[in-house]
Amino acid sequence: MEKNISFKLKVWRQKSPKAQGQFVTYDVNDIPTDTSFLEMLDIVNEQLIEKGEEPIVFDHDCREGICGMCSLYVNGHPHGPATGATTCQLYMRRFNDGDTITVEPWRSAAFPVIKDLMVNRNAFDQIQQAGGYVSFNTGGAQDANAIPISKVAADEAMDSASCIGCGACVAACKNGSAMLFVSAKVSQFALLPQGRAEAKKRVKAMLSKMDELGFGNCTNTGACAAECPKNIKLSNISRLNREFLGAKCSD
Amino acid sequence: MWLTNSSIGRKVVMSVTGLFLILFLTFHALMNAVSLISFDAYEAVCEFLGANWYALVGTAVLAAGFVIHIIYAFWLTLQNRKARGTDRYEVSARPKTVEWASQNMLVLGIIVLCFLLLHLFHFWAKMQLPEIMGEAPLRGKEALELAFSQVWVLPVYLIGFVAIWFHITHGFWSAFQSLGAANEKWIERFKCIGWWWATCVMALFAIEACYFTWFFAF
Amino acid sequence: MEETINKTAQPVIDSKIPEGPIAEKWTNYKAHQKLVNPANKRRLDIIVVGTGLAGASAAATLGEMGFNVLNFCIQDSPRRAHSIAAQGGINAAKNYQNDGDSIYRLFYDTVKGGDYRAREANVYRLAEVSNNIIDQCVAQGVPCAREYGGLLANRSFGGAQVSRTFYAKGQTGQQLLLGAYSSLNRQIQAGKVKSYNRYEMHDVVIVDGRARGIIAKNLVTGKLERFAAHAMVIATGGYGNTYFLSTNAMGCNCSAAMACYRKGAMFANPAYVQIHPTCIPVHGDKQSKLTLMSESLRNDGRIWVPKDIEDAKRLQAGEIKGSDIPEDKRDYYLERRYPAFGNLVPRDVASRAAKERCDKGYGVNNTGLAVFLDFSEAINRLGIDVIRQRYGNLFDMYEEITDVNPGELANEIDGEKYYNPMMIFPAIHYTMGGIWVDYELQTSVKGLFAIGECNFSDHGANRLGASALMQGLADGYFVLPYTIQNYLSDQITVPHFSTDLPEFEEAEKRVQANLDNLMSIGGKRSVDSIHKELGHIMWEYVGMGRTKEGLQTALTKLKELRHEFETNLFIPGTQEGMNVELDKAFRLRDFITMGELIAHDALNRNESCGGHFREEYQTEEGEAKRDDENYFYVACWKYNGDDETAPTLIKEPLHYEAIKVQTRNYKN
Repeated sequence: MEKNISFKLKVWRQKSPKAQGQFVTYDVNDIPTDTSFLEMLDIVNEQLIEKGEEPIVFDHDCREGICGMCSLYVNGHPHGPATGATTCQLYMRRFNDGDTITVEPWRSAAFPVIKDLMVNRNAFDQIQQAGGYVSFNTGGAQDANAIPISKVAADEAMDSASCIGCGACVAACKNGSAMLFVSAKVSQFALLPQGRAEAKKRVKAMLSKMDELGFGNCTNTGACAAECPKNIKLSNISRLNREFLGAKCSD
Repeated sequence: MWLTNSSIGRKVVMSVTGLFLILFLTFHALMNAVSLISFDAYEAVCEFLGANWYALVGTAVLAAGFVIHIIYAFWLTLQNRKARGTDRYEVSARPKTVEWASQNMLVLGIIVLCFLLLHLFHFWAKMQLPEIMGEAPLRGKEALELAFSQVWVLPVYLIGFVAIWFHITHGFWSAFQSLGAANEKWIERFKCIGWWWATCVMALFAIEACYFTWFFAF
Repeated sequence: MEETINKTAQPVIDSKIPEGPIAEKWTNYKAHQKLVNPANKRRLDIIVVGTGLAGASAAATLGEMGFNVLNFCIQDSPRRAHSIAAQGGINAAKNYQNDGDSIYRLFYDTVKGGDYRAREANVYRLAEVSNNIIDQCVAQGVPCAREYGGLLANRSFGGAQVSRTFYAKGQTGQQLLLGAYSSLNRQIQAGKVKSYNRYEMHDVVIVDGRARGIIAKNLVTGKLERFAAHAMVIATGGYGNTYFLSTNAMGCNCSAAMACYRKGAMFANPAYVQIHPTCIPVHGDKQSKLTLMSESLRNDGRIWVPKDIEDAKRLQAGEIKGSDIPEDKRDYYLERRYPAFGNLVPRDVASRAAKERCDKGYGVNNTGLAVFLDFSEAINRLGIDVIRQRYGNLFDMYEEITDVNPGELANEIDGEKYYNPMMIFPAIHYTMGGIWVDYELQTSVKGLFAIGECNFSDHGANRLGASALMQGLADGYFVLPYTIQNYLSDQITVPHFSTDLPEFEEAEKRVQANLDNLMSIGGKRSVDSIHKELGHIMWEYVGMGRTKEGLQTALTKLKELRHEFETNLFIPGTQEGMNVELDKAFRLRDFITMGELIAHDALNRNESCGGHFREEYQTEEGEAKRDDENYFYVACWKYNGDDETAPTLIKEPLHYEAIKVQTRNYKN
């Protein structure tokens, strides 16, 4: 049943990208458990504004788990303790009265903090720009049913394509590696005939961009897949490795 | 060169050298097992792997495997720490599906390395090395006796074996994953095979070490 | 400022519909329009504001063609635009299912779904290019759902009797947007598109009567920047967040559209606001956003309330649960009222029917503002596995939010199995109204184009499910890239603009003054508290059921609210760096103006049609009663110099040639 809980909220506050940040603890009282985590932050922010203080800045937009904008490292987990859900889909009934809830930004050299809990994830866009597309111009497409694609491949491509680009994989990885993110896109295209034509070029370009941007090396801990809010599978990384090795061997 | 420049290339080097070392350990354990049956047969094996040209080549390749694996490990770790950024998480939790070993490979590796140095001092430094230097090497049984007659050697070796076991349980499937050989089904299969493989090989080593201690120390 | 307006917008409506029979208009247009040759395209700059389906697809396509594109979004990446949240699917007249679909039928369904208030020629073009969109997306590598044979799968959606909706799980919008985003990325990589993330457009710059640039705020540094171009495209979505609680993303706003409106672009049909029937009901006053459950649930889910008012009262008191009420005590009111379409009636009809039941006291939760969406029949017929395969992710989402699992067996009465029903209630979802555009998608300001949800063009008074994605992509991939050339063809000799022109200077000064003003109010209230109040006024008086008195009350209250905003707002922090409260305040000011605009339009339209329901104008059965004699027009509103003065109405009469206007009928 719904009830109210009170807890301590320990939040990372940082004024600007270059400023020194620190944790600030707030006492939060009487939050109904059917409030979402971000709504709870809204409430805290309203209280801060009432006191004339600046609200806690965090990224958020759709609040239904699909835009990938929200982040937050809550109690040691990207997107909090729920599995297969983003922070905006996290509800306060997951927490208990008297808890201390620690909220941190994504921590990775490639994701510098902009303000408080907001980070710059532009590196992800750059990786996609390096090759995350099929090269053809609008209007040039043939009939959609001209190439049959097995349902199995299409479904698997869909699972890979579900990635929302939130960066939880990088945040969860002790190596700050973006392999799961890159592998999801590479897999989607590798599984579909439309993407095969430039598969080799794509995998090399995206991987070298990822390395260039300062993401770490994958050591297969699997934390990325375990924390992924969209359950992107670890097998995508294996496919990425396979695609890359294949591309390199055929150079 | 993509084996050094790209992250996947570096992983491939780790996985290939790692698999090679697992293979070596397997042979090592099997050869040791000969001594459980007959010390005379064991002496033949030792002789076969003395300072013969093929054994020397093998040793060099093996050493290279170790060295590359270790150098890459440190290199990758340095890179990865840099990628993590300067600020660490205040609170971090390990998800259930993430193996403890996978996040502590370097620590395990360092323990294994210490164990390796001790082990080289106990055996290689007394057997193949003198032979290369043109001196008289110890025979297999003599070397075993020298090492295992000291009771403290057994627990130290067992600690080494446990570290190697942890290291391999992650390293085995991880190597196949890095080589792109895995998929959703095979990840689980490789994990299973890796667990059994590591357990069998390390159990064999442990039995051998216990047997030698019992034989030589008591 | 007034001078510019008087110069740019003439109260003469020319919708530029091409000659010829409806099926040939677009072909004729393309055959005779002016084009820009490849060498000249390189000399022309185009600003595209927004990166949703319309914005991203337009920016990518214009880049492919060779134009220099500057693309802006307020989010941290173009991929975050709210198109990503569309769940159900996208319509196309492919007739792959051999169920009698055709371009004409899609056209007809869309016009009928829009309650005969859309512009015929635009809708036909939309239906015509719908097929190209599917081809385009599949070629981009969008993993659309497929049958075992390898061909594309379809599902059916509200308002149609054929299966023409293509989908990618429950994430069609996401996949289509990522497709457009991938094309956009290709152009960014090629250097043809420059992407500006976390930038918010604050004003349009008009030079000699033509839109020539924008003043945008870099949301990270807090600094204003100027950008110039030969033409501008606004693709900034709808104004649903005027109601505070809606299914729109938190960042969705109408400020770019309002900036265009203030600079002379007319705003058309603002009263047409779509209320989506299947949202999770409001649970408390701290709520920030409403969650949509896909319309596809209505394929297998049955909507009901109790037959007996006593049962409803016990439900409201929490004494019984939905699964305690047996089959014969349930009123499947949509199936009862609309036998032919049943649970798949269009959204406006389904929403109103839910409201009608709740108004009569049959609501099923503690607030009395919810109805049941029940899967018991489907689960009993097909098994839980099939149902979970279809809607599993939606069930999980519902459970995470409400703590109730709709797939769980809850009760057995007389051998009949009853599963937990979902609770749903209508919520603001989409806005059919928008910036007025002609057939070329050009607004009443020269060189300023509006595409996607941001314009008013294709949905009339109500949008059918799976048509928003279709329109956004049609505009962006296949319509605007053609029509904009007709405008640009005589601009090839105009050199690149300098942002040092006095017009830019002045516009920036005004924007800065506005921001300074917001910072200096120094009152007591937070932006959200005023926005919530705006939402309450809008939902109460300008929501699902509107009356003349209510709308007049709304206008009075909105005026008071504007005063409150202007005198009692408090924004912490400074203009230096990021200030989210300041950004929200900037948007809220425009939401208030938008609210008034909606109320003015709703007050003017003395009829009920589609998303606009005036309680005075309904049939005895409670159906919407249109007045084709007096209101068969597009209501275009022209800004009158300041926000407090009421706008002027200009009418664009509608002409139907291909379709006979009749009363919408979903009963038989």
